[in-house]
Amino acid sequence: MSDKIATRQAYGEVLKELGAEYENLVVMDADLSGSTKTAEFRKVFPERFFNMGIAEQNMYAQAAGMALSGKIVCASTFAMFASGRAFEIIRNSIGYTHANVKICATHAGITVGEDGASHQTFEDIALMRTIPGMTVLNPSDAVSAKKLIRQAVEMDGPCYVRLGRSAVPVFYGEDDEIVLGKGKELKEGNDLTIIATGIMISDAVQAAEALAEKGVSARVVDIHTIKPIDQDIILKAARETGKIVTAEEHSVIGGLGEAVASVLVKNYPVPVAMVGQQDTFGESGKPDELRKKYGMTAEDIIRAAESLIG
Amino acid sequence: MNNKELKAAATEIRCGIIESLHAAGSGHPGGSLSVADIIAVLYFEEMNINPEDPKMKGRDKLILSKGHAAPAQYAALAAAGYFPKEELLSLRKIGSRFQGHPNMSYVPGIEMSTGSLGQGFSAACGMAQANRLDGDPGRVYVILGDGELQEGIVWEAAMSASHYRLDNLVAIVDHNGLQIDGRNEDVMTVTPIAEKFAAFGWNTVSVDGHDFDQIRGAFAQARACGGRPTVIVAETIKGKGVSFMEDQAGWHGKAPDDEQTKQALQELRGGR
Repeated sequence: MSDKIATRQAYGEVLKELGAEYENLVVMDADLSGSTKTAEFRKVFPERFFNMGIAEQNMYAQAAGMALSGKIVCASTFAMFASGRAFEIIRNSIGYTHANVKICATHAGITVGEDGASHQTFEDIALMRTIPGMTVLNPSDAVSAKKLIRQAVEMDGPCYVRLGRSAVPVFYGEDDEIVLGKGKELKEGNDLTIIATGIMISDAVQAAEALAEKGVSARVVDIHTIKPIDQDIILKAARETGKIVTAEEHSVIGGLGEAVASVLVKNYPVPVAMVGQQDTFGESGKPDELRKKYGMTAEDIIRAAESLIG
Repeated sequence: MNNKELKAAATEIRCGIIESLHAAGSGHPGGSLSVADIIAVLYFEEMNINPEDPKMKGRDKLILSKGHAAPAQYAALAAAGYFPKEELLSLRKIGSRFQGHPNMSYVPGIEMSTGSLGQGFSAACGMAQANRLDGDPGRVYVILGDGELQEGIVWEAAMSASHYRLDNLVAIVDHNGLQIDGRNEDVMTVTPIAEKFAAFGWNTVSVDGHDFDQIRGAFAQARACGGRPTVIVAETIKGKGVSFMEDQAGWHGKAPDDEQTKQALQELRGGR
């Protein structure tokens, strides 16, 4: 739990491994290869790396063309420009054709930090999960990022992988099993369940430990695959603990919280509290300062849990 | 094919356009008829394709970036033997594989699902790039509308095709001068087209898009040009071949009624 590594760093590392294993893997970037870490791949496989310049729409449509010609394509830029600017291209040229493109988008959420609101996306999960056939992944640490990106490359079809800028705690071990489409129970509990995704996982674990000291037994579940979502683990948590707190570094509109709520409402309604960006834009600041100001920390999860317990 | 045979193929395509749009009750005749001659040359002379094996390795590909001209491509594929011609009459009907805009998953010979303008051009660049990476001799052809050039992604793609020296890529611009809301220059000026592409580093050829010799010659010039992608700016007439549709923006997106269909087919088959 002591090491801190950004999930984008893990992406760069696993790309090099995958490049050696898959001759038909190509990587594209839009002038951010140093930041997205695709430069790591370029150093080893320059002939399979394509810098498309600052032109995200063209990059994703060309990625579709390459994928439809038999390539596995990992195409990266910041999450804002991938999911936002290129949305309709991803929808029509990648989603509608079910092209084998992995949209590995970095610098998602508030932890972009100092660059400010123009670069902090809280909408990407919401946008991507509306596209039929799109797998949506949000790894929580460097180990799960590597394991999930590998599975994304192994599967056929479009996939959105949400990655972060800031170094975050590594809490999974190399031997932990991380399976695309399956949530992971990280801590047992009976009074309520904290369902978290992405970098909020370590906050969720901290919150559960703090709640335990107050006599509240909180279960923690990592939903790293937002789509297709693991309904079983969510419904099991609802039946066994009766209350759910969701936690995400994303808008509470259209993200994990609403995805979980949708499963519950249709099957087994229980009270839900949602921790996430509350329908507002961000601002410049240090990632930890921003997480505190905008209500996405372990403290906020604890408060949400207490509001449900009453 | 000689020009007489090409003319017959183009007429068959045009008749297929009119018949399928009449059956559908909606669709885009003007921009389908304007590209019929270019499409005839591509499918019946220029491209290395195999209707018996639509996914043949090393084949040439045509991407219809102006996807609303789908009836022209469907009619050409039927004429080339990819599927029975009768099926064209299911165009735009529920359950049909012949969608209003092309779907690559349903129709053999369609290489890319298009319809949202500009994207087919970029996808074609990606296919050309993949072919080069694989040493695949297949060439990639992509047809764009002139109004489509107003999409920003077109110029992103143009810049990248030149940067990566995609000389296995040929873009054809169907310059019929009209778009939904009227003349290009009244909506948003797109000219000069060849000069714009030349400034982006492309080899450019301008032709009469209804003259088989000129179209053929342009494809030969594209083949001969190494190190650069080629754009063929084809001067065309929207609605070409049907007198009352020619050069009329109103015929961009509506189907002919029974009487108009009869007249259109008479004119086309009469070889006006």
